[in-house]
Amino acid sequence: MNVLAIIRIAFRALARNKSRAALTMLGIIIGVSAVIIMVSIGQGASATVQSQIASMGTNLLFVSAGAQNFGGVRGGAGDSSTSSPLTVEDLEAIRREVPSVAMVSPVVSSRAQLVAGNQNWSTQVQGVSEQFTDIRKWAVASGSFFTDSDVRTAARVVVIGQTIADNMFPGQDAVGQTLRVSNMPFRVVGVMARKGQDPQGRDQDDAAFAPYTSVQKKLLGNTRVQVAYVSAVSAEATYTAQTQIAELLRQRHKLGQGAADDFTVRNMSDVAEAANETNSTMTVLLGCIAGVSLLVGGIGIMNIMLVSVTERTREIGIRMAIGARSSAVRTQFLIESIVLSLTGGATGIVLGVVASVTVPLLLGWPTLVSTASIVGSVLFSAAVGIFFGYYPARKAAGLDPIDALRYE
Amino acid sequence: MQTAFEVGVFDNGAHRVVLTHDPEAPEVIRLEGIHKTYSMGDVEVHALRGVTLNIKEGEFVAIMGTSGSGKSTTMNIIGCLDSPTRGSYALDGEDVSTLSKDERADIRLRKLGFVFQGFNLLSRTSALENVELPMLYAGIEPAERHRRATEALHAVGLAGREQNHPNQLSGGQQQRVAIARALVNDPKLILADEPTGALDSRTSVEVMDIFQRLNRERGITLVLVTHEPDIAAYADRVVVFRDGRIQKDYRVNAPRDAAEELKNLPAVDEDEE
Ligand SMILES: Nc1ncnc2c1ncn2[C@@H]1O[C@H](COP(=O)(O)OP(=O)(O)O)[C@@H](O)[C@H]1O
Ligand SMILES: [Mg+2]
Repeated sequence: MNVLAIIRIAFRALARNKSRAALTMLGIIIGVSAVIIMVSIGQGASATVQSQIASMGTNLLFVSAGAQNFGGVRGGAGDSSTSSPLTVEDLEAIRREVPSVAMVSPVVSSRAQLVAGNQNWSTQVQGVSEQFTDIRKWAVASGSFFTDSDVRTAARVVVIGQTIADNMFPGQDAVGQTLRVSNMPFRVVGVMARKGQDPQGRDQDDAAFAPYTSVQKKLLGNTRVQVAYVSAVSAEATYTAQTQIAELLRQRHKLGQGAADDFTVRNMSDVAEAANETNSTMTVLLGCIAGVSLLVGGIGIMNIMLVSVTERTREIGIRMAIGARSSAVRTQFLIESIVLSLTGGATGIVLGVVASVTVPLLLGWPTLVSTASIVGSVLFSAAVGIFFGYYPARKAAGLDPIDALRYE
Repeated sequence: MQTAFEVGVFDNGAHRVVLTHDPEAPEVIRLEGIHKTYSMGDVEVHALRGVTLNIKEGEFVAIMGTSGSGKSTTMNIIGCLDSPTRGSYALDGEDVSTLSKDERADIRLRKLGFVFQGFNLLSRTSALENVELPMLYAGIEPAERHRRATEALHAVGLAGREQNHPNQLSGGQQQRVAIARALVNDPKLILADEPTGALDSRTSVEVMDIFQRLNRERGITLVLVTHEPDIAAYADRVVVFRDGRIQKDYRVNAPRDAAEELKNLPAVDEDEE
């Protein structure tokens, strides 16, 4: 008996109980579409992170105060009472003494209220060095960035992001205007190029940059440094730079043999890894949820197939009396359950892809539909159909034709 | 109804016309010392207690007997749906008493056709597809299946009913679909267990007419279970069962002729639904 004919019989049998078939497939549909959506959101997020990281430059290193701890780049920030702080002198030393280092910029930040005329804006003011634009490869759109002499003199100058420029100086050129930062007048010397959202959906243009010396003295009232950007001379030099910076800092902090680092040096691939780790934990978790719903869907299929075998006992008897082998009956029911699960899987894929395309429009999250998740879903739903259809199919094939014919 | 049968429409040119009482004809069924015992827990039910029966090619045999005498059990064994507990059975010269389940399925597919009291058609499936079913399992091409099924339906007088589902057909028409299904794989032997049990008397005569034509014109061997002597009278041999044994086995001197009787019966509407 040819498979095509059996598949037609299977479709016909399912078509007789359309609503039942649809309800049976629901579990698979939900499971598969969940997998597709979750994977595409995860892939979208990690693709954005990767491209963001790549755009930040592969030469980039992060130096932060405090030992490496869970939570990534921001580790140790602000908690200087328990860890010896990173000083401006440390950073100066890194710039001077480490040959593989090209540029250094401390990052100190303070939440501040910005006022211009009757406009009001609260933002994070970041204190950085004049090398910040080169390190972060972030250009100035109008005006200019502050200079090293502004840093030396702790000048009251500020470079603002596009969002702040749009909100504080609507319809005007922000450059040259005066902006009160926590009630102190700062002169706007430049506006940064538009950057858009970061992978977490935060607006990167909602930022203001001032010399770190100014932020320390005028806004924070201390000389601590939490984080610093360091740029190596080349991408290849980042690992050398990483070890050389660590050696220098251990020496400067007088850490003995065996003592743990009280600072952290990270390169971009570490950051990328951390981001991916968070992502893959998410993916595994969501994968489990999807797996459970596929399992429930599979049990649903088995249940309906068992009901179907019982309902159609007489039909099975007729087929056997006419000369169908047990294997033909088994194949028929197995194909029926595979058709059920694959139809469910296909519906789930369509729903999942549609949702993956809609999510960026509705929620603004980037998504990336992966072929692997589609192929995987097809294989998985076929496997569910075979696995959960096998027992009912075997039961059908094992029926005795005489008993089956007599069944009412 | 007169146009129901056309000689020569059958496939394969298989007109194995054999003289009904030819003593030289080969044996299709050879049952020897058949016992069938069902054990239900501690109780053993002896359904058959030594049945020996030979049926030659081209015979039309009616099996009679009281309820529980072992008629259906015998039919199940002849039909390779069941195996005897003891004894031997040769079908068409081949020992089939020890075959596996699959081998018995193959024999049913190739050599046997079944007609049941309750018709046993697949519901919500057209007459044509019901008749195609055995060919589906025999691996016959769709076009050929369609052609042969249409022919078989014509042969039993159901031209134009191909697309009807069983619930759109009368009992007699359903039984004729079942007969078409039984003969579509060109069987050696057709087995009918109380085929007229659910039919009225006129429809019964029509069904017997089809059986007699199949037997006489195509030489198909027929074994038919009935408890009605009127129906058994259409056969040319009657075997009577009692308590799992054969009580009587005799030839019918002048079998009734269904075709003749139909001519004399008052005509009914062509559509009997
Ligand atoms: N599957 C079975 N299990 C137990 N007993 C059975 C079974 N089938 C038939 N019998 C018994 O075997 C005997 C013969 O049954 P059967 O061949 O069906 O009789 P008939 O068809 O002549 O009425 C009966 O006593 C019946 O109860
Ligand atoms: Mg019976």
